[in-house]
Amino acid sequence: MSVAVRVIPCLDVDAGRVVKGVRFQGLQDAGDPVELARRYDAQGADEITFLDVSASSAGRDTTLDVVRATAEQVFVPLTVGGGIRSPDDVQRLLGAGADKVGVNSAAVARPRLLADIADRFGSQVLVLSVDARTCPPGTSTPSGWEVTTHGGRTGTGIDAVEWARQGAELGAGEILLNSMDADGTTDGFDLTMLAAVRAVVDVPLVASGGAGAVEHFAPAVATGADAVLAASVFHYGRMDVGQVKAALAAAGHPVRQAHRAGVAPA
Amino acid sequence: MDHGSGNVRSAVRALERVGADVTLTADRDAATEADGLVVPGVGAFASVTEGVRAVGGDAVIDRRLAGGRPVLGICVGLQVLFQSSTEPGAGDREGLGQWPGTVRRLPADRVPHMGWNTVRPAAGSRLFDGIEDERFYFVHSYAVLAPGQAPVDGEQPDAEHVAHLGSERIAAPVVTYAEHGGVRFVAAVEDGALSATQFHPEKSGDAGAALLSTWVRSLRG
Repeated sequence: MSVAVRVIPCLDVDAGRVVKGVRFQGLQDAGDPVELARRYDAQGADEITFLDVSASSAGRDTTLDVVRATAEQVFVPLTVGGGIRSPDDVQRLLGAGADKVGVNSAAVARPRLLADIADRFGSQVLVLSVDARTCPPGTSTPSGWEVTTHGGRTGTGIDAVEWARQGAELGAGEILLNSMDADGTTDGFDLTMLAAVRAVVDVPLVASGGAGAVEHFAPAVATGADAVLAASVFHYGRMDVGQVKAALAAAGHPVRQAHRAGVAPA
Repeated sequence: MDHGSGNVRSAVRALERVGADVTLTADRDAATEADGLVVPGVGAFASVTEGVRAVGGDAVIDRRLAGGRPVLGICVGLQVLFQSSTEPGAGDREGLGQWPGTVRRLPADRVPHMGWNTVRPAAGSRLFDGIEDERFYFVHSYAVLAPGQAPVDGEQPDAEHVAHLGSERIAAPVVTYAEHGGVRFVAAVEDGALSATQFHPEKSGDAGAALLSTWVRSLRG
């Protein structure tokens, strides 16, 4: 008996619509987030993540509506990230039906935010989202990776591995490690970086960025990921959640077999 | 029971999905008289116990149980039914004390315990009727450990355990366990009219719906 590896589709949501494209670039409308969440739920998704990429507060309010509508219809955990700057933002999202929140840029600017959220709501709601990349030429960190903010556009010079360790210490109950080098490449997860972060944190670790084939997921789990997250490969229909789980199971990793027969909604 | 804890909307929706007519309320009479009462709980042990007490929930639960009327605790809603917790901030605040035992940090390598885990339904369980080899969604760092399970260094195991209440009761509580990182802990307790789960049935897809459906049907039986 052990915890199943979670397979998590991620939906980038901009003002109430799912957009696709490589993180913030070449955004195209990809449909209704509630519909997509239901589809992934039906495929056996173990959790659904919304990343709110809205630039405006009106867009963020629309995302609250999306979370609310999805929570009405999808009975697996929902994680929402993007634009969270305060415990009150967290309160609003939890009230709308989010189970966890992902914090990124605001925590880089003010690490104490992590402790404030964990103290008020518990570590189990708090995901630290780390967008990391190889340090650009002429710069360096001890690990060789730096944290970026604002969707990977802004380098910070902060060591990504040390930041993950510190984030967990401050109260993050999970680390979502997104490789900006691998993101969108479909060449596979950045296993080297994953191993480096796994070595310094005890909390669950989610691998993100680079998934392009069903064979890419098992190596991330073997490297220490508790969950695997992907966006475009699911949206483009290149694979579905069930196929990823089949590949994980074939590699010997425990997965949840979703949807028993005979449970009729009233 | 609306006691100000986290996301109760999910529990409402999941119960509605299996056919229950659900009211979210902090009104004592309504909570006392309902066919079934669900006590959800997300966050810290101290804030949930405080929240429950603030709406008179402790007395409501006592009165319901005295009359044999079902109560279901979920997640921290299970934890607060025990005597105490070692969670920082829980301090001297006592739990509701329906069951002996202390909620402790999971002495596992990977904490929080987050994700879909299997449970082994105890013999005689009604809550897990028809449910086998299913996974449920857990997200917690604290739990009631199984008898004989060593707590984290420096803590003494409890002398008493909910699983050992048989001699004092008409029927012994039925305790279902789960395991994480080699640590066995209480996943569910069924003790007459009082039941509770450490996992979140409202977030556990169809397996959770099956369990909630069983509980809701038992209210009418």
